[in-house]
Amino acid sequence: MADLTTDLTHRLPARYWRLGLFVLLLALLPVFVRSSYLLTIMIFIGLHTILTAGLCLLMGYAGQVSLGHAAFYGLGAYASAIATARYGLSPWLGLLLSMALTGGVALVIAWPIFKLKGHYLAMATLGFGYIIYIFFTEAASLTGGPSGLTGVPYLSIAGWAFDRDVRYYYLVWGVAAMVLMASLNIVNSRVGRALRAIHGSEVAAQSVGVNTARLKAQVFVISAVYAGLAGSLYAHYLTFVNPSPFGFHFSVMLVVMASVGGVATVWGAPFGAAMVTLLTEALRAVVPRLLDRASGEYEIIAFGVLLMLVMIFMPQGVVQGLTEVYTRWRRGRPVAARPAGKALLSLRRWLRVKG
Amino acid sequence: MNRAMLRAHHLHKSFGGVTAVRDVSFEARPSQVVAIIGPNGAGKTTLFNMISGILPPDDGEIRLNNHRLDCLPPHKVASLGVARTFQNVQLFGNMTVLENVTMGRYRHGRGGLLRSALGLTRREEREIRSAAMRRLKRVGLADKADLLAPSLPLGEQRLLELARALAAEPRILLLDEPTAGLNTVETVRLAATISRIQANDVTVLLVEHDMNLVMSVADWVVVLDYGEKLAEGRPREVRNDPRVIEAYLGQENGNGAASGRGR
Repeated sequence: MADLTTDLTHRLPARYWRLGLFVLLLALLPVFVRSSYLLTIMIFIGLHTILTAGLCLLMGYAGQVSLGHAAFYGLGAYASAIATARYGLSPWLGLLLSMALTGGVALVIAWPIFKLKGHYLAMATLGFGYIIYIFFTEAASLTGGPSGLTGVPYLSIAGWAFDRDVRYYYLVWGVAAMVLMASLNIVNSRVGRALRAIHGSEVAAQSVGVNTARLKAQVFVISAVYAGLAGSLYAHYLTFVNPSPFGFHFSVMLVVMASVGGVATVWGAPFGAAMVTLLTEALRAVVPRLLDRASGEYEIIAFGVLLMLVMIFMPQGVVQGLTEVYTRWRRGRPVAARPAGKALLSLRRWLRVKG
Repeated sequence: MNRAMLRAHHLHKSFGGVTAVRDVSFEARPSQVVAIIGPNGAGKTTLFNMISGILPPDDGEIRLNNHRLDCLPPHKVASLGVARTFQNVQLFGNMTVLENVTMGRYRHGRGGLLRSALGLTRREEREIRSAAMRRLKRVGLADKADLLAPSLPLGEQRLLELARALAAEPRILLLDEPTAGLNTVETVRLAATISRIQANDVTVLLVEHDMNLVMSVADWVVVLDYGEKLAEGRPREVRNDPRVIEAYLGQENGNGAASGRGR
């Protein structure tokens, strides 16, 4: 009991320390991995981590599902692309603009959407996603229509451009680390506790002064800003945008990433993003060899199976599931108090073993 | 002469065709313990839910000093200094004992989502935690700070709920049947706690069936029956009021031969 109390009072440094270790491992990766293909995959895992971190907060802490998050991703990408390729603004300004735009849009739609609950709320976000997708394809004078926009410049600092994969890898994961840190800060703060309290007892949360509706809407806005940030980074990496990555399919994939990694901890985001992204790539390589004329639809089956397996055997997500398995194996007894915090605690040990 | 702090004026609430509270008015002065008693289904909890903003009254008015409470959502009512406990204990089951108490401090915190995200709330966080720990020590649950709240026995869960409400440093504390599930020793300790709360200039509203507790701690008693105010007064006056005795004990009053209605 004593060591748990100490952990509670000194939790802040421990949480930064864990993140530091994670960042260190990632920073060392390009030393060993030289393949441009693998670095590209890692960059996408980084982008997906940023997106999923927002979704984890929204699903795990605000208890809301968004089936339209790819639209915020797309809005961020298009805002950056239009600001820089069409209007010649600085890419950094474009990045800030896309975050402001997605945050603003989320704020505006949160008001009517959050009057809905459960499935109706999910349906509304789905509808929102479709509207934005159709806007990307139809508003050709602004977005370039189905063929998209080209000529998006690289991000650069004083003439030093993030134009190579290694450089962009560090940029994306640097941003992802900041996003993870911000999310960990939120989760461990007064508002993070308030969000968990809403899950515990909404009426009691209100009776201690938590404005539940407002807090949920704020988390929605934060998750949209994350998505806008990721979208902008996407546009400046590929230097072109078109509508196809921002459809309903990708919104669902994001929910899969969050669920597979686990929404009850922020660490679910990088692990869920990595698993799903790597699996996508593996399937792309393997499936055509096994089946002639096979295309994308077979991936869906694999993800359906993955999601089912995770929900059956590790309903809390892979991060929590594996740490519980590990802790049980290590100590010979099940995990008890403070599941999220304990999971992080044992994840540290787990990471230590891996590193 | 102290002026009333909380005023309920001609409150009315019905659910469908059933009237739960009909034209109830009462007042509570600063650091007064007001007990609300009555048979089951008399409308006591409905009254509490209206005061704490969970249920809007159909008619009537509730004032805390100069603020009208009856048109405010529950979180606004809480932020004005009204804290409560629940008849069916409402703890945050997914949190530890200590975290439950830190939630009581919520209305005193300032760190919003953005400041938290940037990690600027660390000092406040330390203060919240140490304040919560002090509260826990006071109710004798400090050694259980890191247990999950539902793992406590019911008596300690009620204490924890009380600690959470007190952590809010309320001006008015609503206790909804705090002795339900407590044993005799715990009930006596609760009575002492209520007196101590009162001594700290907190007004206490108490819904309670335990008449010994009511008689020993209450300064004023309001009796409800079928949603209407039957009587009010000092505990001794109310105890001897024939209408109250009738409502509680049935028609012909015998000494303790209770056949409480509606059970």
